[in-house]
Amino acid sequence: MATAAPPVQKTTIPFWRDTRILAVLFQVLFVIIVVGVLWFFYTTMMAGLRQANLLPSFAFLSQPASFSIGESVIAYDPSNTYGYALLIGVLNTIRVAIAGVILATIIGIILGISRLSENWLLRNVATVYVEIVRNVPLLLQLFMWLALTQTFPRQQDSISIFGLIYLHNRGVTMAWPVTGSDFGAWVPWLWLGLLAGIAFYVVRRIQFARRDRPGVAMPQAFLLAGAVVAIGYVFVGLSNGEWPLSLSIPELQRFNFVGGIGLTPGFAALLAGLVIYTSVFIGEIVRSGIQAVNKGQREAARALGLTPGQTLRLVIFPQALRIMIPPMTSQYLNLTKNSSLAVAVGYPDLFSIAGTTLNQTGQTVPVIMMVMAAYLTVSLVTSLFMNWYNKRIQLVER
Amino acid sequence: MKRQLLIVLVGALAMILAACGGQTPQAPASPAPADTVAPAAPADTAAPTATEAPPATTAPPAGGETQQPTPGGRIQTILTRGELICGVNQVLPGFGNVDSAGEFSGFDVDFCRATAAALFDDPTAVQFRPLTAQERFTAVQTGEVDVLIRNTTWTLTRDGSVGLDFGPVTFYDGQGMMVRIDSGIETLEDMEGATICVQSGTTTELNLADNFRAIGVNFTPQVFEDADQTAAAYDAGQCDGFTTDKSGLVSYQTKLAVPADHKILDVTMSKEPLGPSVLQGDAQWADAINWVVLATIQAEEFGITSENIGDFLTSDNPDIRRFLGVEGELGQGIGLPNDFAARIISSVGNYEEIYNRNLGPETPFNLPRGQNALYTDGGLLYSPPFR
Repeated sequence: MATAAPPVQKTTIPFWRDTRILAVLFQVLFVIIVVGVLWFFYTTMMAGLRQANLLPSFAFLSQPASFSIGESVIAYDPSNTYGYALLIGVLNTIRVAIAGVILATIIGIILGISRLSENWLLRNVATVYVEIVRNVPLLLQLFMWLALTQTFPRQQDSISIFGLIYLHNRGVTMAWPVTGSDFGAWVPWLWLGLLAGIAFYVVRRIQFARRDRPGVAMPQAFLLAGAVVAIGYVFVGLSNGEWPLSLSIPELQRFNFVGGIGLTPGFAALLAGLVIYTSVFIGEIVRSGIQAVNKGQREAARALGLTPGQTLRLVIFPQALRIMIPPMTSQYLNLTKNSSLAVAVGYPDLFSIAGTTLNQTGQTVPVIMMVMAAYLTVSLVTSLFMNWYNKRIQLVER
Repeated sequence: MKRQLLIVLVGALAMILAACGGQTPQAPASPAPADTVAPAAPADTAAPTATEAPPATTAPPAGGETQQPTPGGRIQTILTRGELICGVNQVLPGFGNVDSAGEFSGFDVDFCRATAAALFDDPTAVQFRPLTAQERFTAVQTGEVDVLIRNTTWTLTRDGSVGLDFGPVTFYDGQGMMVRIDSGIETLEDMEGATICVQSGTTTELNLADNFRAIGVNFTPQVFEDADQTAAAYDAGQCDGFTTDKSGLVSYQTKLAVPADHKILDVTMSKEPLGPSVLQGDAQWADAINWVVLATIQAEEFGITSENIGDFLTSDNPDIRRFLGVEGELGQGIGLPNDFAARIISSVGNYEEIYNRNLGPETPFNLPRGQNALYTDGGLLYSPPFR
């Protein structure tokens, strides 16, 4: 009996009590349920669409859109296709996202440092500002910015800044350089400037490396490149009697300003809203990043005789950056995705144009899927870039 | 480990339950409507409605429980639910507007009430779903609303590829342009370089582009999703012109800060026949909506109003007796009770009453009937015979 007992014990563990089998079984079951639910949704949707004679198709993409778009990065005409109109939307979204990310980062860093300032007033103003902005919904802020643009004077009574920038209730119009007919003659000089700058930089780096001493070559390289380009500008201008670039000064015609470039109220409101809202979160990330750097680092830097500014710039910030990048990526993604609120302030971003498209064509499912794919692509690209950057600045252990 | 799996499974179950819950939102409301339907309709009209409802399908629903995917089952779904869900505008005074007490009123809203009256003999048995121009078609496509009566223009694309079925035109309109008087604009040709406010997801957005392309005038559109925002941007001077249907312009003008500073240009940029629409694929429900609208027009032609309908119920004229459901079984064929016209007229009134109540001389809009008069008065309203 004693010898027979162990094998009996072994065989009496039924498979539904065996955790190794159960673990696999539950996972299989879970996948089956998820796939089943998705399949159920899909078939229900297709049945409904078939009944309404609305089967999804992408044929509409090559039809003329025949609606106009208020502002676009590249030329657009109502006779262009829906596909092209959606592309305009993507570009408009990217335009506001890039501008937003850059501005939000700059303002966010200033905010984060201000929150840690030893100046009582600055520190508390920054705190109050952060607490107010991050606790008010973004949509509400966008409406506030849009309402603010409407309080500016009409174009006839624009606020003029030196006659170069005009503020009015249709946005901002400002003088902007335009290319003249001799711009082509200047292009070689631009390339020459770039090459000179790079060549100078490389030579200096090699020199530094040989002497085994640190040094800065970038500012001088820029100066050199700028000087070459400027000489070229004067040369082309004097030899042809016309400057390759000239300033286009806006002039008020019957209805709108002509010349220069303009920011529409929609773009201005959206950009302001996104930048202010996101910069507050970035500010908090910067603050936490700086605070996470060991106190000893600051004390050591001060003991070496570095000024507070140098301590921050050369010792604290490079270390804080490593902690800040991952949460910063989330904020950049949030900003990009939040730009879909543009529809509320009349800026023709991707979501706004997609809305019009699905409304005019009735192809709700394909359009929504395309919009999702577009946002996903933009977000993944941002994410990939930030991950690459994160890896690059990580501590390299020797 | 096991507990985690359990949590995951419960989560999955909750998801399925949520999905099922979304499928039958009518379920909890079903006991109450049974009571409201039964006494309202005489037994001989209610019974045929239930059995004859889906003539298009091969199997008639036994207890009215299988309302989900059967084509032609929309009326049954509504009767079971006990109220009509009507997609309307909420920011267009005169057509569809909400007052501070949350009450809907307007020309389109009254047609929702007329439909509810035809189905339930109760013009209040309707739930209004305010929709923006952008949202409205998706709401019909997904079945969120039974019928869309939201100053919607009947076009071929919408009738075809957008998946709607349109009823008769309730209001003949045309696109207009509102400008400031001090801008000196008299015609569209004067608007070279102007900025024009327009609402997205509308035919006006397309007509605007077409018209200006045709006359070769450049303009900048300023597009908003929300109608009130569009008007507000125009009012603030962010646009030189504001375009929408002329009836809409008249309505919005009353909302502007200084209405007298603005004028509507004479030019009419398009045909905008506005009417009710339902989801494609349910011919019976589309028929029902058709004849609800036509009943109001026919009633005006007969001269039957909500006040004098009592006299007509005893009329000897067979046309009128059939129309009011005193004799014959006209309603049955379209899934409505036989006396649906009488129900509509006594609770909402005929077309003229609806028009005058919302847009007529006693309202701030004072829109002349124009094309929206009976054909006998030189208008376009004409109902096929009720027989």
